[in-house]
Amino acid sequence: MIQIVKKGETSKKKKILIHISALFFALLTASLFILLMGHSPLKVYLSMIQGAFGTSYRLSETIVKTIPLVITSLGIALAFRMKFWNIGAEGQIIMGAFGASWFALSYPHLPSWILLPLMALGGLIGGGLWALIPAFFRARFRTNETIFTLMLNYIALKWITYLQNGPWKDPGALGFPKIPNFHEHAVLPRLFGIHIGWLIALILVALSALFINRTKKGYEIQVIGESENTARYAGINVPGTILTTIFLSGALCGLTGMIEASAINKTLSVEITGGVGYTAIITAWLANLKEPLIIVVSFLFAAMIQGSSYIQMAFQIPQSAAEILQGLILFFVLGSEFFIRYRIHIRRNPVKGVS
Amino acid sequence: MSHSSPPSETLIKTKNLTKRFGRVLANDAINFKVKRGEIYALLGENGAGKSTLMNMLSGVYTPDEGEIRVHGKKVFFRSPEDSIRCGIGMIYQHFKLIEVMTALENIIIGHRENLFVTTPKIRRRVLEIARRYGLPLDPDKKVYDMSVGEKQTVEIMKVLYRGADILILDEPTAVLTPQEIKNLFAILRRMKEEGCGVIIITHKLHEVMEISDWVTVLRKGQNVGSVKTSETSYKQLADLMVGRSVDLSIEHVHIEEKTPVLEVRGLTLTDHEHVKKIDSVSFTLFSGEVLGVAGISGSGQKELCEALAGLYPVHAGEIFYKGEDIVGLSSREIIDKGITMSFIPEDRLGMGLVASMDLTDNVILKDYYRSPGPFVDRRSAQEKTIKIIEDFNIQTPGPHHPVKLLSGGNIQKVLLGREIMSRPHLLITAYPTRGLDIASSYLIYDYINREKKKGTPILYVGEDLDVLLELCDRIMVLCDGKVTGVVDTDETTKETLGLLMAGETLESIERMNA
Amino acid sequence: MLASFLHAAVIAGTPLSFAILGEILTERAGKLNLGVEGLMLMGAVIGFKTALLTSNPFLALCGAALAGAAGALIFAFLTVTLRSNQVVTGLALTIFGTGFASFVGQGLAGFVTPEQVKSFFHPLPLPLLSRIPFLGEVLFDHSIFVYAGYLVVIAAYFYLYKTRFGLNLRAVGENTAAADAAGINITKYKFVHILAGGILAGLGGAFLSLVYVPTWQDNITTGRGWIAVALVIFCKWNPIRIFIGAFLFGGLDIIGFRLQGLNIHISQYFFDMLPYIVTVLILIMMSVKDSKESSPPAELGRPYFREDK
Repeated sequence: MIQIVKKGETSKKKKILIHISALFFALLTASLFILLMGHSPLKVYLSMIQGAFGTSYRLSETIVKTIPLVITSLGIALAFRMKFWNIGAEGQIIMGAFGASWFALSYPHLPSWILLPLMALGGLIGGGLWALIPAFFRARFRTNETIFTLMLNYIALKWITYLQNGPWKDPGALGFPKIPNFHEHAVLPRLFGIHIGWLIALILVALSALFINRTKKGYEIQVIGESENTARYAGINVPGTILTTIFLSGALCGLTGMIEASAINKTLSVEITGGVGYTAIITAWLANLKEPLIIVVSFLFAAMIQGSSYIQMAFQIPQSAAEILQGLILFFVLGSEFFIRYRIHIRRNPVKGVS
Repeated sequence: MSHSSPPSETLIKTKNLTKRFGRVLANDAINFKVKRGEIYALLGENGAGKSTLMNMLSGVYTPDEGEIRVHGKKVFFRSPEDSIRCGIGMIYQHFKLIEVMTALENIIIGHRENLFVTTPKIRRRVLEIARRYGLPLDPDKKVYDMSVGEKQTVEIMKVLYRGADILILDEPTAVLTPQEIKNLFAILRRMKEEGCGVIIITHKLHEVMEISDWVTVLRKGQNVGSVKTSETSYKQLADLMVGRSVDLSIEHVHIEEKTPVLEVRGLTLTDHEHVKKIDSVSFTLFSGEVLGVAGISGSGQKELCEALAGLYPVHAGEIFYKGEDIVGLSSREIIDKGITMSFIPEDRLGMGLVASMDLTDNVILKDYYRSPGPFVDRRSAQEKTIKIIEDFNIQTPGPHHPVKLLSGGNIQKVLLGREIMSRPHLLITAYPTRGLDIASSYLIYDYINREKKKGTPILYVGEDLDVLLELCDRIMVLCDGKVTGVVDTDETTKETLGLLMAGETLESIERMNA
Repeated sequence: MLASFLHAAVIAGTPLSFAILGEILTERAGKLNLGVEGLMLMGAVIGFKTALLTSNPFLALCGAALAGAAGALIFAFLTVTLRSNQVVTGLALTIFGTGFASFVGQGLAGFVTPEQVKSFFHPLPLPLLSRIPFLGEVLFDHSIFVYAGYLVVIAAYFYLYKTRFGLNLRAVGENTAAADAAGINITKYKFVHILAGGILAGLGGAFLSLVYVPTWQDNITTGRGWIAVALVIFCKWNPIRIFIGAFLFGGLDIIGFRLQGLNIHISQYFFDMLPYIVTVLILIMMSVKDSKESSPPAELGRPYFREDK
């Protein structure tokens, strides 16, 4: 019979080993699907790697896709540390992009050095306020934030659809529902061939790590995440901390929206997020909410997304394969956590003696 | 179950039953046997391995070695279901009842008979069993409306309804009043007469002496002795249980000079459903005094402590600290007024400490915000932690070890250490020795007495009436959020406390005695 | 006019009622499955594809049910056997299901449900009942899929409150340790009800792709899976309240379209927001006035390990 025994602490090395084997099994399972579709898994994986890193252009595209994942993951991780299940990053990105676009479209002729900070501010506030709504109700009435934040994603999406088809519709687009492109002043500059978002992301990673591990606020967030009762006992202002933290969480996501709108789309559209808000939940979780790891995991996921858009051309495998693969990896890693916490004992079947 | 067997038949027998948790040997080759019509006591202090043994008998844990024989047959339990089918009925210390369901529903859960529940036939049968064993039962009462005693009755009914003839009760008296204990013992004797075998697991010596026929003493997972109760003594059992000759008395410190420190007047607390948890409670706490708070669990002790510490909203009433009203102040505002209040809550890991954080981060929990600047000052915190580790002799690999990995006694010492290090003006403790072994418990009593000698007023919420009587100067008894009496420990008895806990008042008790 | 509106609301509410019921059963077993959206999408796409390939309504339904069950099986295995975090596992399931649906649905966009399948799900007025004034038109002039929805909801109500299986299930969700100690096979109960939840969600999805829309489009569920999770709270975990919750939302779903017919001009996009906004309002309302009887199963979201102390 099989017996499950709880383990004490598992060494770091073993944890990494378990996670890597989970990744391996996920890829193995995906291979079966690829085989069923009549392709060679090895070839597909190799061309995914080529697609992600093969040329300097592809590598820079991978990095460009890493940036929003990193910043959004930071925002999500902040909320998750407090066990506030913010799955509304998608909506917060959109509302951040909306805030930034408002400045970009209203004051297109301001010089860049004024306009871009204003747009960033618009992004931070847009995303932050959007997250603040569920945070308020959670702090005040313990309203379930998971579904709340998710519903706000849809509402934000409909809001942009409305703008795109109504008040913000580009009159010069011949009836096509789109929002006008930004003035070039509203576009983020480049540094070393990639838009400056990468630098912002790195700075934010450092700041987030410092904030959560060293500051008093960061300490309070961790205490609340562990037990709200303990936090109250320690004299921490729980509702206040929830509001501040979730505002910051949403603001980070909103900043992602600003960066994507300014540097990538150069306008606002319903496709602004590209699903980053959901993917970042996975990357934040897989990185164990640890800031430096978020960079690594986000980069790998960006490579996977970039690689799978490449194999779409090469093998006619739909890009949604990337989503399936993401799901699979998450399944396996989630399952593997079990082997970090428990040990399995297999014993010979003792005599059964139940009448 | 089979009633055909002779009355002296062995119902259950264990042979070298062994269970390990990681490197810890929780049960090492335990042997005992219980016959029909016997009450068998398993005696041991917290951590002696009683619960492990019981969980193996009920199919919750699977033994690593050894065997269990029921009705002479070797059995192997994969799950509680197997154990139930062998006629073993378990009554857990922490009741396994479903709060939102009725007594009847709780009794028939998991039973395999009709497709439909709550048929008149089932109802009749349940009531018939209750009558046979003399158990008072309201089948339609919801569990959340029940008193502790009523809940225990449902637990016993659950077991009887399944036709169990081996009953195992885990610390059944822990939360009962002395009167309820009397009733319980009457029921157990009744079961004995009906031919059941009863195993009672406890750490209370006088109960073993009162009710059992046989007793097996466990210490650190070992079977240290099995004796006939009529052939042993209180002293012998105590020595067996602790492993050395012990003096199980608590020092009672007398402080002459007493000044009032904390004055509570007409305190009323309500929960979010507007139910009164504390109902116009008034008392005064003096310096150098230990004021005990007794009452069955859920009588408002938790809310009272939290309100004093500024953690529970006060509906009405006043709390004066040396003449200053502190109602409405948060815990931090109270501290900022220069009143250091130490509160040791009953839920250590869920309220007093952060389970997954290390010792250092736990030590700074209440004063991390005082260091200047936006950053947490962990350097001086670490020095303080090391001092606490040394002063309180905490067994830990270091100041950066997560507290949840420490033993129960050491966890409590971290909490107590932090609070006492803050040189409190007032100490509030709720069940500080719950779950601790005897050595750790006595250490805690020592620390409390040491604080008392310094003149610190102490509010001590406890459940063991013997300890309360020895440790405290006065005891305030709560029932349903009301004070039913405040008594001097020199002038009262356990029975009086029990009656007060059950809702009688000092006047009504006097009338009863008259 | 009103009757025809309510008639349409019942149809629009049917996929929700399946999904809500599925989630109620799952949550009653103590498991919070946030993957309903993914499960519905899996059911929708497999149901649609099977219908295209076989033109057989039964096979299409079986396909949808199997797809939902398969997704739920992943969830059950991870959260029950391997005790993974339920919130994240549910999210993973939604991400996986969304990817799976657009993967399988690649190239299906624009295809219409085959005629044989469509005609099988044509409205079928119930004799006698459909002649009841007003109610007959609203409730009893529907596809058999809608009637099946009524039936499963009512059956689930009796199952939950009148049978011993239902009693045991509630016990598992309220206090797993107590249920375990009472000899209930909790693992079996959890698996069975999570799987049932998956099957129902899959069927709900199939209703969208086979009957309601009835063509294939990417993300055909448009958040209905999430709304279902929220409405479980509104229904207080009681199947009978699905009749209010699901059909109210069916109404919200179509109100914009209807009002446009009345020449009331409010942007359609605001009406599109309505179900989500009302969901949020309901969540807030339910949390403001919480009481013992309407609180979720006490074990919801918690892992259980018998040997934990």
